[in-house]
Amino acid sequence: MRAARGQTIAAHGALLLYTVIALFPVFVILINSFKTRKAIFREPLALPDPESFSLIGYQTVLKQGDFFLYFQNSMIVTVASLFFILLFGAMAAFALAEYRFRGNMLMGLYLALGIMIPIRIGTVAILEMMVATGLVNTLWALVLVYTAQGLPLAVFILSEFMRQVSDDLKNAGRVDGLSEYRIFFRLVLPLVRPAMATVAVFNMIPIWNDLWFPLILAPAEEVKTLTLGSQVFIGQFVTDWNAVLSALSLAILPVMALYMVFSRQLIRGITSGAVK
Amino acid sequence: MKRVRWHILVFLAPAVLVYTAVMIIPLFNTLRLALYAEVDQARVFVGLQNFRTLFGNAVWSEQFWNALGNNIWFFVIHMAVQNPIGIALAALLSQRRLRFAAFYRSAIFIPTILSFVIVGFAWKLILSPIWGIAPGMLDAVGLKSLYAPWLGREGTALTTLALISVWQFVGIPMMLIYAALLSIPDEILEAGECDGITGWSAFWKIKLPLILPSIGIISILTFVGNFNAFDLIYAAQGALAGPDFSTDILGTFLYRTFFGFQLQLGDPHMGAAIASAMFAVILLGVCIYLFGIQTRMRRYQF
Repeated sequence: MRAARGQTIAAHGALLLYTVIALFPVFVILINSFKTRKAIFREPLALPDPESFSLIGYQTVLKQGDFFLYFQNSMIVTVASLFFILLFGAMAAFALAEYRFRGNMLMGLYLALGIMIPIRIGTVAILEMMVATGLVNTLWALVLVYTAQGLPLAVFILSEFMRQVSDDLKNAGRVDGLSEYRIFFRLVLPLVRPAMATVAVFNMIPIWNDLWFPLILAPAEEVKTLTLGSQVFIGQFVTDWNAVLSALSLAILPVMALYMVFSRQLIRGITSGAVK
Repeated sequence: MKRVRWHILVFLAPAVLVYTAVMIIPLFNTLRLALYAEVDQARVFVGLQNFRTLFGNAVWSEQFWNALGNNIWFFVIHMAVQNPIGIALAALLSQRRLRFAAFYRSAIFIPTILSFVIVGFAWKLILSPIWGIAPGMLDAVGLKSLYAPWLGREGTALTTLALISVWQFVGIPMMLIYAALLSIPDEILEAGECDGITGWSAFWKIKLPLILPSIGIISILTFVGNFNAFDLIYAAQGALAGPDFSTDILGTFLYRTFFGFQLQLGDPHMGAAIASAMFAVILLGVCIYLFGIQTRMRRYQF
C-alpha cells in the first residue's frame, strides 16, 4: 500500500514538473508584458506590482501595428477555410462511403495521397498560379491553399464516420422520397457533427499559426495574418522589449481563448482514435 | 443501361477540383519546373541541369548537404527526446485513478497550440544573455558556469532549436500514446496481474508492444513534419538560419533560394529543384514506413 502511494506521489511530481516546464515561457512573457522596461530587466521573474506595472508596450503595439486588421484577416482565413474543408470534405466523404461506383477505391487513394505529402513542396508552382490568376496578396489564395491542405485528412476521417451511419435510416429517407442531397444534408450531416467538430479543431490550429504561406502568398499589409503580422512587427521592434512582449502576449491571447473553448473537443477527438 | 448518377459527381466534384488544382497539379508542376531555367528572361528546358548544379557545384552542394545533415539531426533529436518523453508522460497520465489528469493533459498540450513565432521569440528572449533569465535561473541552483548563449553558437544552436521544437510538440505523441494506452482492455492487464506482472514490468511487457503501431505513426508524422519544417527556424534565426547557416534546414534553404534574401536573388527553378529533392526525401521516408515497418508490425484487435 505504501509503495503504491509513493508511486502516485512520484507520478504527480513528474507531471507537475513537466507542467511547469510547459507553462513557464508563456508565464514569463505574460507577466513581463505588464511591466516597465526597468522592471523587466531588474526582476524578470517578479509579478507586476503597482510600482512596476505599465501598459506602455501595449500602447506602442496598438499605435504602431494594425493588430485588429491582422486579427480580422486571420479570422476570415481560418473560418472560411474550415467552412470549405468541412463542406467539400463531408460531401466527398459521403460519396465515397455511400455509393458503390467504378473507381471508388482509386478515388479514395487519390484523395488520401495528400495526407502524407506536405503541400509546401508545391509552393513554387502555387505562387506562379496565384500570380497568374491575380489571387496573390488576397485572402482567397490562403483559403484555397488551406482548403486543399485540409481536405485529404477530412475526407479520410469523415468517411470512416459516415460508414457507421445506419443504412436503415437512409433507406427510410429514400422510401419517403427524399433526394440524395436531402439525405446528405438533413439526415447524415447532423449525425456526423462530432466528427466534423474534430476535423475542424485539428485544422484550426495549423491554419491559424501558419507562417509559410502568408509570407509567400499574401505578405501585403492589408492581408497580413496575425502570425505574419506579429512576426514582422517583432522584427521591426526588436529592441523595444515592452512592445515585443506585448505583441507576443496579444498573439497568444486568441489562441488560448480558442483552446479554452475547444480543448475538450480537441482532446476527445485525438483520444477517440479519429487519427488511428 | 444504368442511368448516370449525377449526385455522385456533384458530391465529389468540389473536393476533387480544389485538391487537384491547388495541391496535385502544383506538386507536379514544381517537379516539372525543376527541369527548366531562365535564360534571357525566357523559360528554357534544361533537363537535369539544375540538379547537376545543386549536387555538383561546390557552393550549392555544400549548402544542400549542410541543410540535409542539419535536418537529419533535427529529426534524430525529435525521435530521441520528444517521443520518449511523450510516451513517459502518457504512461504517467494513463494510470488508473490519477487525480488532475485532465489538468495536466490540457496544460502540457498548451505549447503545441502556440504559433512558431511566439515560441521562437519567447525562447529567444528567455535564453538571451541580455535579459538574463536563463543565466539567472542557473545561478540560483549554482550552475551558472554551464550557461552559454546557446542560440548564438554554431555548435549548439541547432540542438537548442530542436529541443525548443520538442518542447513545443511533445503534446502530440503524449496524446496519441495516451489514447492508445486507454484503448488497452482491462482484462489483458488483469490477466497480467494474475501472473504477477504489474507496475513497470506491465508497461514494458504488455503495454509497450501493444502501442507499437501508434509509435510507428508518430514517427512518420514527426518525420514528415521535420522535413518540411521552416517556421521555427525562420522566426528564431531569420532566413539566413544563423549563426553561419548552422541551423539551416531544407525548408529555410528552399525559402532563401526560391524567394531570395537580401543580396541573393530568388530563383524559382533552383527552388523547384530543392523542393523536388525534399519531395524525394519525404517520399523515401514514407515508403520505408509503409512497406518496411507498417506491414511487419503486428496489430492486435481487441
